[in-house]
Amino acid sequence: MGAIGVIALNAFRESLRDKILYNLVLFAGLLIGLSVLLADLSITEHHKVIADMGLAAINLIGVIIAIFVGISLVNKEIERRTIYTIMARPISRASFVLGKYLGLALTLFVNLAIMVAVFLLTLWLYHVPIQLSIFQAVLLIFVEILVVTAVALFFSTFSSTTLSAIFTLGLYVIGHLTADLRTLVANSESGPIKSLVDLLYYLCPNLDMLNIKGQAAVGIAAAPEYVILASLYGVMYAGFLLTGACLVFQQRDF
Amino acid sequence: MDDIVTDNLTKSYASGWPGRPPFVALDGLSLSVRRGEIFGFLGPNGAGKTTTLKILLGLVRATSGQAYLLGQPAGDVAARRRIGFLPESPYFYDYLTAEEFLGFYGRLAGLDRGAITQRVTDLLGLVGLTEARTRQLRKFSKGMLQRVGLAQALIHDPELIILDEPMTGLDPVGRKQVRDLILSLRDRGKTVFFSTHILHDVEMICDRVGIVMKGRLVASGRVDELVRQDHTQSVEVVCQQLKIEGNAFIHSLATRVLQQGQQCLIVLPSPDAVDALVGEIRRQGGRLLSVTPHKASLEDLFFQEATQQTSLSLPHMTGGRAS
Ligand SMILES: Nc1ncnc2c1ncn2[C@@H]1O[C@H](COP(=O)(O)OP(=O)(O)OP(=O)(O)O)[C@@H](O)[C@H]1O
Ligand SMILES: [Mg+2]
Repeated sequence: MGAIGVIALNAFRESLRDKILYNLVLFAGLLIGLSVLLADLSITEHHKVIADMGLAAINLIGVIIAIFVGISLVNKEIERRTIYTIMARPISRASFVLGKYLGLALTLFVNLAIMVAVFLLTLWLYHVPIQLSIFQAVLLIFVEILVVTAVALFFSTFSSTTLSAIFTLGLYVIGHLTADLRTLVANSESGPIKSLVDLLYYLCPNLDMLNIKGQAAVGIAAAPEYVILASLYGVMYAGFLLTGACLVFQQRDF
Repeated sequence: MDDIVTDNLTKSYASGWPGRPPFVALDGLSLSVRRGEIFGFLGPNGAGKTTTLKILLGLVRATSGQAYLLGQPAGDVAARRRIGFLPESPYFYDYLTAEEFLGFYGRLAGLDRGAITQRVTDLLGLVGLTEARTRQLRKFSKGMLQRVGLAQALIHDPELIILDEPMTGLDPVGRKQVRDLILSLRDRGKTVFFSTHILHDVEMICDRVGIVMKGRLVASGRVDELVRQDHTQSVEVVCQQLKIEGNAFIHSLATRVLQQGQQCLIVLPSPDAVDALVGEIRRQGGRLLSVTPHKASLEDLFFQEATQQTSLSLPHMTGGRAS
């Protein structure tokens, strides 16, 4: 196993020991509470709301962990000086950054898988039909989580933990809005505003593209080409940010 | 080429304020450490020891100058396979147990599973932590962390071992063990480079030392040579029943005269005047109690360099500056 794998597995072990997965209890509670509360609704409504809320909760919890663990992933190692003995080993700085990223990605994947399992169980209990669209939505949620983790890691290589949190949250919100903003100003007369929105649109990750929860909840599957393209887009965006993170990290003094 | 070579190494840290000049932590430091020797890197707090070591390991980039380890430029990833490093204060992943911790570094060094198990057992025994094998590092005492850190530096049996203040935080037994460990590493042909501000450790085990002050190497060489360079070997003479007041001859010989009750302490600047003084004491009917040559130690040299560095106005300070 290469050095990246050693770092990644250790990062995964760290998150297990830090009890990050305890959030799953919160998730399960949320889901069960919600479905009990909403039992009065009509059958079709009920099905839709459970699917909708379940996917939203999966997405939210995944993104929150991605941001808050992501921003401290590398910074914590520098602040706690644990990085000294690691960077003194035959491992490049880029491998270290990638290893940490992959370790968190693995944690998030396991977390997501358990949430999805609980979610599917809930759907099954309430006789909600389990359709392909649910899995498509979950796949794109995972891609979004990968992008958000990369954003958090990127910012944390050159700014403090607090600033990284603010930047990442900001980019997350903008990333969900740019597509709407662009439609909004499409008919605008003002050239500068248009170009500004265009700039934001191309610079920020288009996270709305990765959000198909609404249609998935009512069982409308997306075209496979769309899912593949959107996933590729997300993975490439994350790769781009990780390259940036490695380049910045390369220059740092510890 | 020597195992460690630095050439005119300079590091300045940005002051963080616009217009304020950067802080120079290392100022043209050149030294070399030969294969198979124990080299002590000595200096007061803030002298630049840790900065030098960090540059050697590639943790910090030098502003200018070169550094080579095992013939490779500092920071070379592959060369680090042959280097072991213990940082100044042991900060490690505290959620790991001692054995997981060492296993992690073994895997990072590319050892296979069997070798790791063997090395972990050996090293935990060597640093006296066999009992704490399955305890998490967050439950370790400071000295235990220092010990497990030392084991970490040795897990892959490196050729060159770089230790930043390896004895701090250890009890007397631990210090002795670390000294013995360093000596045994040299016996096995390893090169050891360690920083410290404790002169005694250096005097006891080092083949050569370098003294760093304010980012400059002010002296380097073999311990006995450095000490011999210092010619101000003083002698302390203690005698009794001697009327010292008004004795111009004794006062002219001595650098210091102290009368304490019956006893009198006379400090001579060099052994040369001992005969003359003893003769005078006899003539005056005094009783000689002791003559103690005050052997110049590394400590004297250290303080001499320190005062020379801090107050350049002291005029009488001359002597062997190697820089
Ligand atoms: N990141 C940094 N930014 C600014 N100044 C620094 C930085 N790191 C070290 N320095 C300064 O460089 C000088 C040398 O520090 P260094 O840690 O190398 O000293 P040292 O010889 O190891 O001292 P000690 O014996 O106390 O460990 C100090 O004056 C310190 O304030
Ligand atoms: Mg230091």
